[in-house]
Amino acid sequence: MSFFIETLLGGLMTGMLYSLVALGFVLIYKASGVFNFAQGAMVLFAALAMARFAEWIPGWLGIESLFLANLIAIVITVGIMFVVAWLVERLALRHLVNQNEATLLMATLGITYVLDGVGQTLFGSDIYKIDVGMPKDPVIMFEALFQGGVLINKEDFIAAAIAAILVAALTLFFQKTPTGRALRAVADDHQAALSVGIPLDRIWVIVWCVAGITALVAGIIWGSKLGVQFSLSTVALRALPVVILGGLTSVPGAIIGGLIIGVGEKISEVYLGPYVGGGIEIWFAYMLALVFLLFRPQGLFGEKIIDRV
Amino acid sequence: MLYRENGQFKTSYQADQQIFPIAQDRLGVLLLIAFAFVGVPFLVDEYMFRAILIPFLILSLASLGVNLLVGYCGQITLGAGAFMAVGAYAGYNFLIRVPDMPVLGAILLGGVSAAAVGIVFGVPSLRVRGLYLAVATLAAQFFWDWAFLRIKWFTNDSSSGSVSVANLDVFGVEISSPLSKYLFCLTVLVVLSLAAKNLVRATIGRQWMAIRDMDVAAAVIGIRPMYAKLTAFAVSSFYVGVAGALWGFVHLGSWEPAAFSVDRSFQLLFMVIIGGLGSIMGSFFGAAFIVILPIFLNQILPVFGAIFGVEISTATVSHFEIMIFGSLIVFFLIVEPHGLARLWSTGKEKLRLWPFPH
Repeated sequence: MSFFIETLLGGLMTGMLYSLVALGFVLIYKASGVFNFAQGAMVLFAALAMARFAEWIPGWLGIESLFLANLIAIVITVGIMFVVAWLVERLALRHLVNQNEATLLMATLGITYVLDGVGQTLFGSDIYKIDVGMPKDPVIMFEALFQGGVLINKEDFIAAAIAAILVAALTLFFQKTPTGRALRAVADDHQAALSVGIPLDRIWVIVWCVAGITALVAGIIWGSKLGVQFSLSTVALRALPVVILGGLTSVPGAIIGGLIIGVGEKISEVYLGPYVGGGIEIWFAYMLALVFLLFRPQGLFGEKIIDRV
Repeated sequence: MLYRENGQFKTSYQADQQIFPIAQDRLGVLLLIAFAFVGVPFLVDEYMFRAILIPFLILSLASLGVNLLVGYCGQITLGAGAFMAVGAYAGYNFLIRVPDMPVLGAILLGGVSAAAVGIVFGVPSLRVRGLYLAVATLAAQFFWDWAFLRIKWFTNDSSSGSVSVANLDVFGVEISSPLSKYLFCLTVLVVLSLAAKNLVRATIGRQWMAIRDMDVAAAVIGIRPMYAKLTAFAVSSFYVGVAGALWGFVHLGSWEPAAFSVDRSFQLLFMVIIGGLGSIMGSFFGAAFIVILPIFLNQILPVFGAIFGVEISTATVSHFEIMIFGSLIVFFLIVEPHGLARLWSTGKEKLRLWPFPH
């Protein structure tokens, strides 16, 4: 039993991290109708920038404290992500308004290549560490409930908590601030939003910026778990089933979808994997999403698709 | 002056319905095919065959297949690499497990198997569409990546999923020199492109286009969406599967699942979009662009580095390569979202008037 709970909790933690990446997809899709394939590259880019600045800053400024160095690195990276967002809007998106979905998808794939190339040219292409002082030692919980208790990684726990805080903050931002309201208006209808005086281009920069910040958070958490390396950008492919499962337009969908996929993946790998040779988690997530889609084509929380001739 | 259809009157239905109604087009295409068969072998060396021409021919075939599905039927797919893999591995299994299997038969059966798999993975298209479908087709990609790596039966119990074929011969002719490989691929490509060109102007192709333009409206006028979508998946997967079998058998000789990874799927979709959605000609342009550009960048970047007096390491070259590749793609999508095929047809319009301004 305790093994099952451990698997379940492990799945939930991974799921939370998938949600973080998925959130980036959803934000951009909602606000601009662009399915941003570059989200994975943004995670890698942000993590690379963060890791390298945290490494360089103590040497440049002579700061001893790890916390301060990390803080400065984060601030600089946020600045860089803002520049990236601005450039993407200026150079690519602005010229691609009203193109069909496939063209936009391919354009973001092009942006992915550019980001991968620039990131690795500027920051190097080895494996780097991010050390934000997360505790690595596992703890044992629920000893009273089960024999032997449940083994949990503290790191996972903190990561999940950070993810939850980020989600809550984003929800508040979307619901309560004027900018958030403008974002939702743009998501509903571009033209109507324009006609009441909402500046579309600025909104897009903001959205890409917010997506960049979620990418940074995801990058820091994944990076401190697995090390910052090129394979980090494939995390986007792992998060895709989450997005379609939850619905492309729904923030809660991204979170619940992430949890479902995280748990499903872990449980299938542990209980089903040994019979078929292992390594099934990646396609299992997609199959799971596919089965859901057959019953609800718009995802769990997506907007209902209405066809009119 | 030269390119003008004035005076070319059609006097029979047959003449009215030919594939290329304009005499100059007809002549041009015939000359091009003749040149590809007769002229090219005298002009290029082995490196060109191996590095550029053979990949170009095979990937044109694959992108033609993807274009039938994405461009003509409007179903976005990111799983084309998987269907190439299915074609290659199924062809391989037919070749080694069936005694006296001819190579061409194995390649075509590989395509048929890919078509069957395509129908299965096309089923979600009946329920979901657009980006949801694109992500759903990724399921095929990851499933088959895994299957060919882990299920030993498919790869005849080889360890890393790598298999190889040797001694190809088609109708008694041995396919081993680059020239014979080139001619073999070219023949397959010409036959299948002709079939595709005919297919898209026949009933089935028109049904696909109706589904693409608006599926609900198409259903209302009596087109069966299930039939149209699934045939599109089947035909497209057949083309892609044959291309996959050729890629494995003829181009690589020995291959492993990584040859047909998700990057290949993206690459094929790039070809279709850069070449032009819904254009047979565009598939070739797109394939040429995507095959030649990386090779070109690889050659030209160190030269540029030398001009500016900077020593560029191989890693930096490859980073610059993907950077420039990515920006060129975005640039192309911005300046010509309808692809190179559109540039071609604007060029033809201009030619019609030339040398007069109106």
